Parts: sequence; C-alpha cells; structure tokens
Amino acid sequence: MDEALRLDANWVDYLLVALYFGFVLGIGLAARRQVSTSLDFFLSGRSLPAWVTGLAFVSANLGAVEIVGMSANGANYGIATMHYFWVGAVPAMLFLAIVMMPFYYGSKVRSVPEFMRRRFGTGAHLVNAVSFAVAQLLIAGINLFLLATVVEVLLGWSLIVSLVVAAAVVLTYTALGGLSAAIYNEVLQFFVIVAALLPLTLVGLHKVGGWDGLTQAVTESPGGAEQLSSWPGTALTGFDSPVLSVVGIVLGLGFVLSFGYWTTNFVEVQRAMAADSMASAQSTPVIGAFPKMFIPFIVVIPGMIAGVLVTEIATEKAAGGEPAYNDSLLYLIRDLLPNGMLGVAIAGLLASFMAGMAANISAFNTVFSYDLWQQYVKKDEPDEYYTRVGRLATVGATVIAIGTAGIASSYSNIMDYLQTLFGFFNAPLFATFILGMFWKRMTATAGWVGLVAGTGSAIGVWVLSGDVLGVIGLSGQGAAFVAAGVAFAVDIVVSVAVSLVTTPRRYDDLRGLVWSLTPKETFRDEDAETLPWWRQPTKMAAIALVMVIGLNLLFL
Amino acid sequence: MSDDTRTTGRTRKRKAGAFDVRTFIAALIGLYGVILLLTGLFGTSEADLAKADGLNVNLWTGLGMLVFAAAFQAWAVLRPVRVPVPDDQPASEAP
Repeated sequence: MDEALRLDANWVDYLLVALYFGFVLGIGLAARRQVSTSLDFFLSGRSLPAWVTGLAFVSANLGAVEIVGMSANGANYGIATMHYFWVGAVPAMLFLAIVMMPFYYGSKVRSVPEFMRRRFGTGAHLVNAVSFAVAQLLIAGINLFLLATVVEVLLGWSLIVSLVVAAAVVLTYTALGGLSAAIYNEVLQFFVIVAALLPLTLVGLHKVGGWDGLTQAVTESPGGAEQLSSWPGTALTGFDSPVLSVVGIVLGLGFVLSFGYWTTNFVEVQRAMAADSMASAQSTPVIGAFPKMFIPFIVVIPGMIAGVLVTEIATEKAAGGEPAYNDSLLYLIRDLLPNGMLGVAIAGLLASFMAGMAANISAFNTVFSYDLWQQYVKKDEPDEYYTRVGRLATVGATVIAIGTAGIASSYSNIMDYLQTLFGFFNAPLFATFILGMFWKRMTATAGWVGLVAGTGSAIGVWVLSGDVLGVIGLSGQGAAFVAAGVAFAVDIVVSVAVSLVTTPRRYDDLRGLVWSLTPKETFRDEDAETLPWWRQPTKMAAIALVMVIGLNLLFL
Repeated sequence: MSDDTRTTGRTRKRKAGAFDVRTFIAALIGLYGVILLLTGLFGTSEADLAKADGLNVNLWTGLGMLVFAAAFQAWAVLRPVRVPVPDDQPASEAP
C-alpha cells in the first residue's frame, strides 16, 4: 500500500459517515421493536414488494469484492470486465430464477447444503457444508482486508491495527444489527453505494472530457484501444488465441463459474428462498438482474477512468509495472471529490465492505451451527445451545478472517484471487447440482466423490498454472476459468462413472428433488397466471435476457 | 408514515408504517442532500472547484439527492406497503 495515499476527511465527512451508521442501527432497533409489538418481523419481510427482495439479492453480492475487485479489473483490463456482469452474473441469475428456484422453493429446504443432504445424503452434505464454510472464511478475509485498507487510508493506522479494529466493528455491527435487519440494511446499502459511485463516475467523466475523452485517453494508454471492446478479452483471460479466449469467457466464466456462484451460493439463494410464493421466489433474482446490468457503469467505468487519470496508476501501468489496482477507486475519490461528497463516498465504501463481511460471517454461522455442528457433532441439544454455538462461531470466524485477510493482501488484483476460489468450490458444486436435479440415477456416493474430484482437479490446475508452478502457461483469471471448466468436467465424468457402479437411491425419496420424479404441479404457481405481466418471472426474465444481449453487443 | 394500524372491512391490512424501508432511504438520502447542498453553497473553495475542473460537485450531487429523496418519499406515501395482519402466522423460519 502506498504511504502517500491519504484521504483528507474533515468533520462534514465524518458527520455523513456517522449518519449512515445511525441509520443502520436505527433500522436494526426498529426491526427489533417491531418484533416485540406482535408484528412478526419475518412476516413483513415476506410480504415486502419484490423490488425490495430483488435489491437485497443484488446488494448481498455488492460487497468489497464487487466494488473494489471490479473497478481494479476495469483499471487493469478495461471494458472486458463487463463480461462479469453481462456474460457472468445476469444470465446465471435468470437461470437460477427459471430453472433452479422451483427445486429449492418446491422442496421446502432452508439452506443449499440441506438440499444437498436430501438429494445425496450426508456424504455430499458434509463436503458441501465444509467447503462452503471454508470459502466464506476466505471471502470474509477479502472483505476485511479491503475494509482495513479504507480505515488505513482514512486514519493512517497501520494495516494490522486497522484489521483488528475493523474486525471488532463488524463483530459489533453483526451482533447489533442481527439477521432480522439484514434485508432492510442491504436495500439501504444499495442506495448509499449508488449515491457514492454515480456522482464519482459523472465527475470522473467530466474531468476526463466525457466519453470521447475517456476513449481517447484509453486508446493512448498502454492497454490501447483493445481495452475499449469487450470481445475477445484476451488480456482478461491471458489466452493468446482470441477464439480460445471467447470460449474461455463463455464457458469458463459465463457457464461454469457464474452459474456455479449464483445458483449454489447460499448467501444469495437464501434471500429468494424466504419469499412468500413460488412467483416471488422466482421474481427475486429476475428483479435483481435489472440493476445488476447497470452496476458496471458505475463500477467498471470509474476503474477505467482511474486507469488513465490517477498518476500513481497511469504511470506505473505505462512503465509496465504492477500498480495497486485495488486502490483505483480510493485514488479517484482522493483526486476528484471535495469534502462533503468525500464523506458520502467513504460511507458507501464502508457500507459495502461491512455488509459484505457481515453476510459472509452470518452465512458461515448458519452453516456451521446447523449443517455441521448440529448434524455431525451434537445432535439433540436445546435451541439455546445452538444459538450459543452460533455466537461463538461468529467470534471464531471474525478472528480467522483476520488471518485470511493476510492471504488476500498478497494479491495485487483481488479478482484473480477470488475467481480462483470460486473455481475450487462453486464449479464442482454446480456440476453436482445440475446432474442431481436432472438425472434420477445419480447416486449418493457419486454426489460426494464427484465434488471431491472436482475440487481436487481445480486445485491441481491452479498448482500447475502460472500462479504457483508455471507448468501450464496460464495466469490470472484465465487460469481460474480453465480450473473451473476442468472442475466442472471432472465432476460430471466422475459422478456419471460412480453412479453407474453404485446403487441409486429409492426414487420415492427423491420426489421434489429431481425433475422427472416431481409432479409438474409442484413447480407451478397458480397465482402466477393472474398477475400482471410485469410481475410474472418468466416474462420479465425474457425481457432481461433481451436487454443483456443488447448490452453485450454494445461494445463489440 | 405513523398511522400504523388501519383496518378495512373484509381484508384486514395495515400499513407497514415506519417500517417501510423507503422512508428510511428517503430520509437518509434527503439528509445527505441537504448537507451536500449547504457544503456546496457555503463551503466550496477554489481548490475544490479545481479538483473537478470547475464543477461544484457537492451542489449538484446535493440537488440530485434531494430530488431522488422527494420522489422516493412520494412513492412511499402514494403506494404504501400493506401488510396482512397476522392471525395464524407460523413462527419465524430463519434459524
């Protein structure tokens, strides 16, 4: 981290940040009081309009990783970063809504690992729960590291002190805000982040001379005009061949990584699972898809502006060095925003990082206490016992996150690291889910063996790649795409092979869990046909799909 | 926003009241708007203007936020969230 990077905040900025925290706590307290006055909080949560759950769905993902990682990617690779949104997230969200949600919602499970247990029994469940818990700790480390970076920049404390203090603040905030206020705070957070990033983008564009000025500056920069078109994205993937690069993006990033992330990640899916009807459960990711399409304009574009406007990054990039891309946004905020707007920007960043980490920690909690501890360690204890286990797990997870933050700090582009992690965990999980949902013959043994083989092979590719041994000439996100693709393929092949030599489960037990064994009425929502078209998930998903295809063609 | 309970004849529903998250959002963004507007009007130095090539960032952002907050509050007032009164609700399901 550059010692020179400091944000000169004054009392107005601190006032704006304090106001945000006041509102966060206010929502938490209002939620708590409302529960005691007989209106069950979760009822009002379930009867909220779909735009609220949809925004919470997007917001849960709008953590540090998204904002810092994607702007770093924008500064590093340019427009090609848009693939993460338009090839990656949006199609996967629509797929979740239309294809996967009926299984999750229809089978009445409460968590993704629970679906795993009912479909494949305890073997696959244990693998899934453990790998999910580990992934959450690693990702919480990323969020914590970025949070500490902001504190360091703001107050000038050393990174390790910032880490410990930031962790303590998140711990308090998680305890005070509680799970019940999570969805409301996520919606509030969404608007604060937009309020921070939209003006930053507009001011940046003004400074750089409008869109024309940006394209000109990027063309003259070391990345060249290539950074202005999304395809074939060879710089992003690290592949020499444009054809392979396109295949890598569509299959590796688009299909395997993003589908794996959005369809099996409990943090995300949980929000849709809590909906009041099949139609709303399906609508949640569909509605989330619309803002998701436009988030890159206020995340990736500022990153690109920072890449040409911020001296520290532009000169280092021109010299062929490795600039601190992760700090792109912070530099841009320092260079462009006056006191006042600076406070809003800081509030937005803190909001995003804390909520991101809080989401990781609370998802870890749930899976650790209920899917691991209750299932495998101590079964029939009273409810308070598991609440206590959850509390201790929160503290433990926060402490461990300080350690994993150290790992995150060793990557200059956080997105490289994150995509590597997703390749390990999400890609094989997606393969097992999709096979298990559509192939009734798939056996319980195949469930866990496939997962282990898939994750193992992804780690194998990573070890062979440029990041560690350099045997395969790949590095960065291309290596992650390949690892994910290999993990997916290995998982499918191994699962099919193992299924053919082991005994399948009784088909009666799989009703509601496998497509061909489920009566189609289970998946249909009678009310859906009576809703106006703009509330029907399939029609809205079709509109979203057309829009995202249009956006993909925009920067050819 | 404070008239919490409201009973109509057949379907008993109540406004979500202060719980409407739109009210919270409008209030926070509105406060931000006022503070930024004042900062833009009275606390803007030449150096601040030079940072963004003469653009008064606080002033314009503040105005934009006030417009947004007003629109959001108007939406919340015109189309309040209605919550069915819980009679036979199951207990909260989140673990």
